[in-house]
Amino acid sequence: MSHGAKRTRTISAEGISRVEGEGSLRVLVEDGLVTEVALDIFEPPRYFEALLVGRHFSEAPDITARICGICPVAYQMSACLAMEDACGVVVGEGIAALRRLLYCGEWIQSHALHIYLLHAPDFLDCADAVQLAERDPDTVARGLDMKRTGNLVMQTVGGRAVHPVNVRVGGFYRTPDVASIRALAEPLRRARDEALETVEWVSGFEFPDVSSDYRFVALDQPGRYAIDGGHPRTSDGVELSTAQFADFVVEEHVARSTALQATLGGSDPYLTGPLARYALNWASLPELARQAASSVALLSPCTNPFRSIVVRAIELVVACDEALALVDNYEPPIEPAVEVVAREATGTAATEAPRGLLLHQYDIDNQGIIRRARIMPPTSQNQLSIEDDLRRVVEGGLALGDDELQWRCEQAVRNHDPCISCAAHFLDLSVERS
Amino acid sequence: MSSSDVATERPTMAVWKFASCDGCQLSLLDCEDELLDLATAVRITHFTEMSRASSEGPYDISLVEGSITTSEDVKRIKAVRASSRYLVTIGACAATGGVQALRNFVAPGEFAGAVYAHPEYLDSLDRSTPISSHVVVDFELHGCPIDRGQLLEVLLAFLAGRRPVIASHSVCQECKARGTVCLMVAGATACLGPVTRAGCGALCPSIGRGCFGCFGPSASANCVALSTRLGELGTSDAAVARLFGTFNVAAPGFMEQSQALHGRVANPHVRRSTHEEARP
Repeated sequence: MSHGAKRTRTISAEGISRVEGEGSLRVLVEDGLVTEVALDIFEPPRYFEALLVGRHFSEAPDITARICGICPVAYQMSACLAMEDACGVVVGEGIAALRRLLYCGEWIQSHALHIYLLHAPDFLDCADAVQLAERDPDTVARGLDMKRTGNLVMQTVGGRAVHPVNVRVGGFYRTPDVASIRALAEPLRRARDEALETVEWVSGFEFPDVSSDYRFVALDQPGRYAIDGGHPRTSDGVELSTAQFADFVVEEHVARSTALQATLGGSDPYLTGPLARYALNWASLPELARQAASSVALLSPCTNPFRSIVVRAIELVVACDEALALVDNYEPPIEPAVEVVAREATGTAATEAPRGLLLHQYDIDNQGIIRRARIMPPTSQNQLSIEDDLRRVVEGGLALGDDELQWRCEQAVRNHDPCISCAAHFLDLSVERS
Repeated sequence: MSSSDVATERPTMAVWKFASCDGCQLSLLDCEDELLDLATAVRITHFTEMSRASSEGPYDISLVEGSITTSEDVKRIKAVRASSRYLVTIGACAATGGVQALRNFVAPGEFAGAVYAHPEYLDSLDRSTPISSHVVVDFELHGCPIDRGQLLEVLLAFLAGRRPVIASHSVCQECKARGTVCLMVAGATACLGPVTRAGCGALCPSIGRGCFGCFGPSASANCVALSTRLGELGTSDAAVARLFGTFNVAAPGFMEQSQALHGRVANPHVRRSTHEEARP
């Protein structure tokens, strides 16, 4: 700005709305060139990785759930699996199926929330879902109904929709009875129909013509669309164990952006979440979801981030369809949990949170006390890719007025459903304030 | 400041977030059956998680989630108070400092140094404190997370100009009411039910799990007696300290037990001197 001849334009949005947590973005344009893009996180850090040290390994699922009220099950599942990995325990099919059902409930709840309350209003020129409901009450009611079903699944299996209480390392405290699980079939069937309607609805939106050459990372679970486990795989063919992946990812503290940012091998940004899963696990989509995708001509890979709302709708179909099958086949496991005996070891596990891959790694001692904790939430892994998207959106949208461009930028952030509460448990605050 | 300018129309409501997980404000969005009706009864004029639109105050009612952990937030909560007729806090973080208040009991900066390469960049206070340490609070709704039924009761009460009907007795009474056999008596299970505020409906005991204190101390809780009894039943001091020292660790009553028992066990928080050591 010291060069008087330069035309400088600053786009900033303080307090990005309709994301989970609080962040802001800053884009600097000089002489028609985008010179700086920064997604700032001003969510105060809460130091989970430090406060977990000294706690018993059985406490990790409940404590880490409090990192994020939107995806507590993701935290509980990654924590349980990491502890079981450390202790050399694999739960049986019955417990695994119940966990997957619980996780489907969270996907339904979180995706319905994001599509209807957080993301769709952007495409329809509404400030929020309340405004959208004034115009189209039935549509918003459909979204809320699906969200209610997702919450019902979480309550029935987990005991509570926000921060479920029934999850423990090794399984559950009590397995739900057959009648209460079968009672989920009717709302889930309705939710599956609503999900199919959602696919049709969102695919009719108008999408900016943007595409990105993402490096995708998603979990690979043989024979199924990965949700509750699996091994990381990249779109350029790298397959790794979860522990190898944890070593491969470099989390850097970049001075300018003042945020820890994840890259593969210290250089390559990557993207996790719906677009990555859809690109890498398309072949494992259940038949119904595949038909829905082809009926709206959603190709894989989908590299337009604005179309992530369509992919999320397809994933709603996946989660409802899966949940329904699990409900129909439910038989309570003989024991609600397997015994997990602590030993001195390192455990690593990852699962697919609604917004992307969530990795936990713990060192525990032979008394079961946590000695080191590492948590890689999806948003910190996606942050560099989101900034790349922003750069592209601004470059392609310089003709737009400031207000419109700002909205477009906010939308580009919301495309990835960032959970800033999660990410900020170790993302820095911005020290540069505009 | 006076609400006379809004008296002629619907009352206005704002939702604010401080250090927290978003779960309590999500409870508002989780009121699927009531959300749209609520939005016609009140004008939600600031709720970042839900809307792009935001209007300046004053607000008739402000819901505040989260604890105060930065110097910026110390100023922000004062501004929220100044622009709100009623200020209601939602959740354990806002009422007692939350799980992030575990930092209050280690050396200043220890947690920041364990997680961040450059703690000097952070605007982060050494203590996580409840909203009531900074401003006058009209009502505190407890829970980690809050119960959405209780949230609706609080909103309805404030809209009607009456005091919310929220129980202050313990989880024990909820167990009795739902006919759950006492886990402590029948199975010597460690349970904070006798000293924890009701509100969840005794969820954990109903699935055979001891209460772990999400709603914080109940009125006139005798934490010392419970702590002693848990010891007699064979729960180790360290386990009792952890039980009291989680989501409401800084709440008077719970705090003393967790800290007194910590004194008898090795300090579990291992100091990390370098970033590399903590995050290899």
